[in-house]
Amino acid sequence: MQGNIASAEGALAAGCTFFGGYPITPSTEVAEHMATRMPKIKGACFIQMEDEIASIAAVIGAAWTGARSMTATSGPGFSLMMENIGYAVMTETPCVIVNIQRGGPSTGQPTMAAQGDIMQVKFGSHGDYSIIALAPSSVQECFDLTAKAFNLADRFRTPVFLMADEVIGHMREKIEIPDSVEIVRPKPLPEGALPFAPGPDGVSGFAAFGTGRHIPVTGLTHDERGYPDTTNPARHESLVRRLVSKIEDARHDIADYSIVNEEAEYVFVCYGAPVRTVREVVERLRLPDTGYLQLRTVWPFPEGLLSRFPKVKAFIVPEMNLGMMAREIERHVSVPVIPVSKIGGDLHTPEELVEAVKAAGGLL
Amino acid sequence: MRDDWLREDRLPHIYCAGCGNGTIMNCVLEAVEKTGWDQKKTIFISGIGCSSRAPGYILTDSLHTTHGRAIAFATGVKMANPSLHVVVFTGDGDLAAIGGNHFIHACRRNIDITVVCMNNHIYGMTGGQGSPTTPIGKTSTTTPYGADEAPFDLAELAMAAGANYVARWTSFHVKQLTDSVLTGLNTPGFSLIEVRCQCPTSYGRRNKYREPVDYMTYLKSHAVLKEKWERSAAPGTELPVDSFLVGEFVRRQRPVMGVPDEA
Ligand SMILES: Cc1ncc(C[n+]2csc(CCOP(=O)(O)OP(=O)(O)O)c2C)c(N)n1
Ligand code: SF4
Ligand SMILES: [Mg+2]
Repeated sequence: MQGNIASAEGALAAGCTFFGGYPITPSTEVAEHMATRMPKIKGACFIQMEDEIASIAAVIGAAWTGARSMTATSGPGFSLMMENIGYAVMTETPCVIVNIQRGGPSTGQPTMAAQGDIMQVKFGSHGDYSIIALAPSSVQECFDLTAKAFNLADRFRTPVFLMADEVIGHMREKIEIPDSVEIVRPKPLPEGALPFAPGPDGVSGFAAFGTGRHIPVTGLTHDERGYPDTTNPARHESLVRRLVSKIEDARHDIADYSIVNEEAEYVFVCYGAPVRTVREVVERLRLPDTGYLQLRTVWPFPEGLLSRFPKVKAFIVPEMNLGMMAREIERHVSVPVIPVSKIGGDLHTPEELVEAVKAAGGLL
Repeated sequence: MRDDWLREDRLPHIYCAGCGNGTIMNCVLEAVEKTGWDQKKTIFISGIGCSSRAPGYILTDSLHTTHGRAIAFATGVKMANPSLHVVVFTGDGDLAAIGGNHFIHACRRNIDITVVCMNNHIYGMTGGQGSPTTPIGKTSTTTPYGADEAPFDLAELAMAAGANYVARWTSFHVKQLTDSVLTGLNTPGFSLIEVRCQCPTSYGRRNKYREPVDYMTYLKSHAVLKEKWERSAAPGTELPVDSFLVGEFVRRQRPVMGVPDEA
């Protein structure tokens, strides 16, 4: 099965009943698969919107009816979605956005893989905010993480992103499709509770439109009733801090990762397609003194995991961008962080990573 | 009874004294009540602008969204749950400038929503910049020497793009407006009710309609009943300067989207 199809199937297994999208390489197969499958599922809706701004808008609208909703896109479309992604954050709308990354900026390389949107996903809309971003490195993970994204979206009432790339999206691998996937729906809004009053975890209960709760949803800074209150600094601060901390405070709970060889001196930190080359080097070639941390959750960044390597001399970060997450990692550690940046669309070769480890050894 | 539909605790509203938006909101609520729709199942959606603040005063579920995108959000709501009744409040800038693409595509799809556009020919909320419906020669902060771009005719646009129901009235024509909104609500498919209205603060002040009543007088004297005009004027005759047609432009039954499946 292809990665993009696995992502669509993962969504359907999780009960996704609304897909709004606009074709763009290399994500189009997600929409095409949904267009084939959804009309045959009772109560499900696939709609091709007029652009990506409309796609994410429709997805957010559908989410307020209680539907599990999703869109899929790539760089140019992702850029167009930014304003409404901020709206989803501010209104605490659960939804899933798949980004099959390609080379940018601009139209760039439509058919080539990249990881250049990994900062945009966290910072691309205006204002302070946090989101959850997952990164698959195999077709199986496309399925599993897409299904999981819906649970995280509902639990934290936030947009959740599947940050795949062209290589993973178009790769074909055998996968195991479980009979059923775990489904965690949002906490219900307690009777009499205000629609934006947070629970102890900072997340409010959710009530779908049409259920009589009369919820006024706005992207303006609002109080717990949902009423605009835009000039009160304390109101804005407490709202935005809550939206950020409901996610950041749960970062270790949200973290999905693999660690191989905690005793390693040279530790790869990787996510997405580069994980495959890292595994080749560490697990198959068994390059001495190496290990890795694979992040399936990239945001919120689970920085505590970096301290799981007591003997580490350097973190080596292969990315298909010019060192975006390497910088984030650097903020949290005192040993050298060595980016192995590669853009253009090709995966790292094992030799490139072996060289990087050797060079790191020489550095010290 | 209409009070049941208002959020008393949000009043007074932000509209300037003499603004046309309040009147239009009242007409829409009156029409909605006449449909007998369940308040629980009625959803108001808007973009950004003075006009788009209306849903915030109404006691239902509502989405006050991003500038220009209300119809795209509404499409998601309606397609995901066709049993909901969806009404959009928008402005001329929201609908025809930044939201123009969503507007024509919703007409083309003939999605079953009703859109009420408060067309004050200006960007009211941001202090009076020119919009795609500012008439030629009228001044705004961004057309200080008079607008020189041709304006859109919103009703014609919706009709050409495929909407099932299109009407145009003004904030003066309260009765006709209410009736047309009601027809729009009851017509399956996309309905546009364009309402020309006064914005004394941002439009009137710069265009010799300083008092709200000045613009109401203009609306009353320059609105030409479409039916009457078509009956009496020789084909091809131009409307008098500054006049415009009001009435029902189209009522038809093209295929629609977003209606509940027949059980
Ligand atoms: C993306 C974006 N661009 C610009 C604005 C600023 N803005 C707010 S309201 C508005 C114009 C509103 O005009 P209209 O839709 O006619 O509504 P009115 O206030 O006249 O009712 C603009 C440009 C915005 N909020 N978002
Ligand atoms: S600025 Fe104009 S449109 Fe806005 S509330 Fe005032 S009068 Fe109404
Ligand atoms: Mg306006």
